[in-house]
Amino acid sequence: MGFFFEVLIGGLLSGVLYSLVALGFVLIYKASGVFNFAQGAMVFFAALTFVGFQEVLPGWTGLDADSNVVFWLAFVLALAAMIVLGILTEKVVLRPLVNQPHITLFMATIGLTFLVEGIAQALWGANVRGLSLGIADEPVEWIMESADILVSKFDLFAATLAGALVASLALFFQYTKVGRALRAVADDHQAALSIGIPLQHIWAIVWAVAGFVALVAGLIWGARSGVQFALTFTALKALPVLILGGFTSVPGAIVGGLIIGASEKLAEVYIGPFVGGGIEGWFPYVLALGFLLIRPEGLFGERHIDRV
Amino acid sequence: MKLKHTALIGAAVAGLLATGHAAAQEQFIGLPSYRVGPFGANGASLYGGWIDYMAMINARDGGINGVKLTWEECETEYNNARGVECYERLKTKGATGNTVFQPLSTGITYSVLEKVAQDKIPMVTIGYGRTDAADGRVFPWVFPMISTYWTQASAIINYLGTKEGGIDKLKGKKIGLLYHDSAYGKESHAILDKLAAKHGFTVEKIAVANPGNEQQAQWLQIRQMKPDYVILWGWGVMNPTALRTAAKTGYSRDKIVGVWWSGSEEDTIPAGDAAKGYTAAGFNVAGTNYPVVQEIQKHVYAKNAGNMADKDRVGSVLYNRGVVHGIITVEAIRKAQEKYGKGKPVTGEQARWGFENLDIDNARLTQLGAAGFMPDLKITCADHEGAGKVKFQQWDGTKWKVVTDWIQGDQSVVRPMIEESAAAYAKEKGITPRDCSKES
Repeated sequence: MGFFFEVLIGGLLSGVLYSLVALGFVLIYKASGVFNFAQGAMVFFAALTFVGFQEVLPGWTGLDADSNVVFWLAFVLALAAMIVLGILTEKVVLRPLVNQPHITLFMATIGLTFLVEGIAQALWGANVRGLSLGIADEPVEWIMESADILVSKFDLFAATLAGALVASLALFFQYTKVGRALRAVADDHQAALSIGIPLQHIWAIVWAVAGFVALVAGLIWGARSGVQFALTFTALKALPVLILGGFTSVPGAIVGGLIIGASEKLAEVYIGPFVGGGIEGWFPYVLALGFLLIRPEGLFGERHIDRV
Repeated sequence: MKLKHTALIGAAVAGLLATGHAAAQEQFIGLPSYRVGPFGANGASLYGGWIDYMAMINARDGGINGVKLTWEECETEYNNARGVECYERLKTKGATGNTVFQPLSTGITYSVLEKVAQDKIPMVTIGYGRTDAADGRVFPWVFPMISTYWTQASAIINYLGTKEGGIDKLKGKKIGLLYHDSAYGKESHAILDKLAAKHGFTVEKIAVANPGNEQQAQWLQIRQMKPDYVILWGWGVMNPTALRTAAKTGYSRDKIVGVWWSGSEEDTIPAGDAAKGYTAAGFNVAGTNYPVVQEIQKHVYAKNAGNMADKDRVGSVLYNRGVVHGIITVEAIRKAQEKYGKGKPVTGEQARWGFENLDIDNARLTQLGAAGFMPDLKITCADHEGAGKVKFQQWDGTKWKVVTDWIQGDQSVVRPMIEESAAAYAKEKGITPRDCSKES
C-alpha cells in the first residue's frame, strides 16, 4: 500500500507542475479567446534567457556567478524580456488580427512558436545548461523514516510555489482593478470596450503575466531536467490538463493537473506492464478524450448554451 | 586602354581556368546536420568537431594529397522528412557528387537505406543506424562502423562482469533496462535477452515515453525491483532526467551504466550533482589532451577559424565524436585515392571502396594523434562494423574520466545475430548476398 501512495503522491506533485504550464494557456485564453500554441516555446525562451543572463552577468558586473545577486538580477532581466515579448506579441501579432476568426489567431500563435524557439536559440545558443534553484532533489527524511514513502523536497517546493502562484493570480483576478477589467474583457470584448476598458492594454498585461508564469514554469522544469529545447514539450503535458480542467478556469487547471498527474503515474505503474510500458505519454490524452465525451467544456469550463 | 581591356579578359579567363582547376581538386562532403530543434545541442558539438577536423586537414596538410575538402551543411532538425530532402539536395553537389552520407539519425538512415544503393553513395552510421547492416554482404553501401548497438550491449554486460569479478558472477543478478520507448531503445531487447540466457542474469525492461522528461513512475518501479545495475538506453532530455530521478529515489548512480548516446556532457551537466559517479560507454573518449585535438586548436582555433561558438565544448564527448567522424571520412578518401589516383577527388562509388578497405591500426592511430582516442578499426567486405570495442568513462562531477581500456563485445553472440537478421532482410528484399571471396 505504501508503494501505491508513493506513486500517487509523486503523480500529484508532478501534476501541479503540469498545472503551472496549463495556467499560462488559461490566462491568455480567458482574456483573448486565443489558444496560445506558443506557451511551450515561451517556457523555453524564459528559462534560456534566465540562464543566459546568469552566464553573462558575472562578466558584465564582476559578481560571483553563484551569488544571489546574479540569480535575482537574471530573474528580473528575464522577466523584463518576457514582458517585452508579451507586449510585442500583442502589438505585432494580435493587434493586426483583431476581429479575425479564432482559427486565424491560433495559426498566428503556431507561427509565433517557431519564431520564439528560433530567437531563443539564436540569442543564447543551443547548448544544454544546468539550472540550480538551491533546493536538493532528494527525499524528505522524516516521511521516509516514518512511512517509508518517498516524497521529493524539490517537488514539494515546486508544488508549493505553483500553489502560491495560482492563489496570487486568483486574488489578482478577484480583487484588483486590473483583475476585474481582465474578467470583463474575458466575458465580453465589445461590452468591455463600450464601458472604456482599454482592450489592447489589458491584452498586453495578460501576455506579460503569462510570460511571468512561463518564467516560473521554465525555472522549475529547467531545474528538473536542464534548460534545453525539450522544455517546449512541457506544453504537451498541459494539453490534457486543459481539456480536463477547462480552458477558462484557473482552479480547473489545478484540479486537471492533479488528476492527470496522478492517473498517468498510476497507469504507468499498474497498467503499463501489461501493454509494454511507456504509456504515460498517451494515457492522459485517452483520459482527456474520454472525459470530453461526458463533459465537453471540461470540469470547470463555461458551459455554452446556444439558443435556436 | 585596349591593352588594359585585353589584360582584364586574360585575367578573367585565367581566373576561370584556375577556378575550374580548383573545382577539380575538391572533395565535397554533404553534411546533413542538426543545430536547432530538440537535439540541436548534440548536433552542434558533433558536427562542429567533424568540420574542425576537416578544416585542420585543409589548413595543415593542404587537403588529402592536395585535394581540398569542401562541405555544405543542410539542417535536418533530426527530422526524417527533412533528412531525405537534405540527402536529395546534397547528392549531386561538388565535382564528383556527395562523397558520403552520414545523417546522425537512425530514422533518416532507414529512410534513405535503399536510395544510397541506387545513387551509389556510401552511408556511414557510426554508433547508430541499422545494426544488421554490419553484414556487408547484404548491405554493401551501409557502414555501421566502430560498434553496433548489439556489440555495445554485449560490452556493457562484459564491463558489469568485470565489476563483479568475472562474467560468471552475473548469474542470478538482476539488471534493469531503462530504455527510450522507440525503435532505438528497443534495439537493446534481443541482444540482452540472449546474453541473459547465456550468463544467467535477468533483465527487467522499463520503457520511458518520448521525450522522457518525466520518469517518477519508472524509478519508483526500479526502487521496488531493486536491480543490481541499471542500463540507461536514453537520448536527449531522457538522460539527465533519469539521473536526477535516480538520485531522488535513492538509486546509486555508480550502478547506472549508460550507452554512448547517454554519455556526453549534454547529459550530465544538466543533471548537476546527480550525475556524479555515473558511468557510460563510448567509442571515443573526452578530453583535449590528445594530439589530434591539439592540432585542431593549433591550426584552426589559433586562427579564429573554429566552428564551435562555445570553445569550452572543444574536447567534449560529442565534439570528439565528430572528430572521429572526420578521421574516418578522411582516411577512407585517402584509401580510395590510393587505388583510384592520388590527388584526384573520388566518386561515391570509389569512396565506398575506401570505406570497405579501411584499416586504421594502432600505428596509424598514433600517426593521426588519436591513439586511445578511438579504437583501431579494420573494415572488410563482410564486416562493416570493424572494431566492436568500447571504453567506459565515469563522470566525476565536472568531467569524464576513462575507467577502462577498450572492452570487446561478445562477437560469438553478436555476429550470428547480425547475420541471421541480415539474411532475413535479404530474403525479404530479394537480395543475393555478395560473395566476399570475389571482391577486390
